[in-house]
Amino acid sequence: MRNIFGAIVIDTERCKGCALCVEACPLNLLHIAVRKVNIKGYPYVEQSDEINCTGCTNCATVCPDACISVYRKRISQ
Amino acid sequence: MKKEDIIQPQNLVMKKPDLMNDTIMHYCPGCSHGVVHKLIAEIIEEMGLAEKTIGICPVGCAVFAYRYLDIDWQEAAHGRAPAVATACKRLWNDRLVFTYQGDGDLACIGACETIHALNRGEKITIIFINNAIYGMTGGQMAPTTLVGMKTSTCPYGRDPQLHGYPLNITDLATHLEGTAFVSRQSVHNVTAIRKAKAAIRKAFTNSMKGIGSNLVEIVSTCSTGWKKTPLEANKWMEENLFNFYQLGDLKDTTK
Repeated sequence: MRNIFGAIVIDTERCKGCALCVEACPLNLLHIAVRKVNIKGYPYVEQSDEINCTGCTNCATVCPDACISVYRKRISQ
Repeated sequence: MKKEDIIQPQNLVMKKPDLMNDTIMHYCPGCSHGVVHKLIAEIIEEMGLAEKTIGICPVGCAVFAYRYLDIDWQEAAHGRAPAVATACKRLWNDRLVFTYQGDGDLACIGACETIHALNRGEKITIIFINNAIYGMTGGQMAPTTLVGMKTSTCPYGRDPQLHGYPLNITDLATHLEGTAFVSRQSVHNVTAIRKAKAAIRKAFTNSMKGIGSNLVEIVSTCSTGWKKTPLEANKWMEENLFNFYQLGDLKDTTK
């Protein structure tokens, strides 16, 4: 049973849809939103799977626009 | 576990650095400048030097760096950032002074200032963003452009007979007496970003201790200038640029 749970919050107005985080996610939980753009006209990134995120911070590390915040919670068994 | 239970202030592990403000950066999607700005903000925050840092802006894509990081900045004329940094550091000895320059600024018009500032051993850090192209003005050939690389001013590829050879200014800097720490890093994946952060931190620490001049080159992408997507640009950089610009610490006198 896993005891680390993660979650991310994406600032979609800052996101420019470069997809570097999509490549960096080891579990492939991110994707570029289909037919949706932000106020600047960029397609932004979304989390396709919220359950399996471990909060490894890879996506936030590679993000050039610093638009991802990462939360991680450890549960003692 | 519900997402609302995880998203609590006590569980926060990574966010936008406090020194980086909410202004949306003008850089193209996937530009390496954003990552380096973030690293600088994180390092200055961690070192507790937010009130004691002076950054010198270049001319080039990073000309607006002063809009995004809430530290003291001074804009310099094209290529003259190391000269301005010299003045700042000599006037305020206790400050962390760094320049942030691209390859057109540092290796072309500012080659004289850069080499002399490094050779004098000024207690400054030079952060050199090398993407082998003039990014802001439309992808023209820079001194750092590789042999055979196509740009808008050499559409058939750089020909050494006509355009000369690429200038590897970081290797040149290792031979100067005044340099204490010379490193070449990249920010194309998580491992590289962590190494780049360690290198910039070491350079900043040396500057504050007053140990020689420090140069950190970041081999970067310019997806717009190279006419590629950010992911293709990273791949192209790994396959081509890293052969000529090999990563690693090239000189470290503090060991």
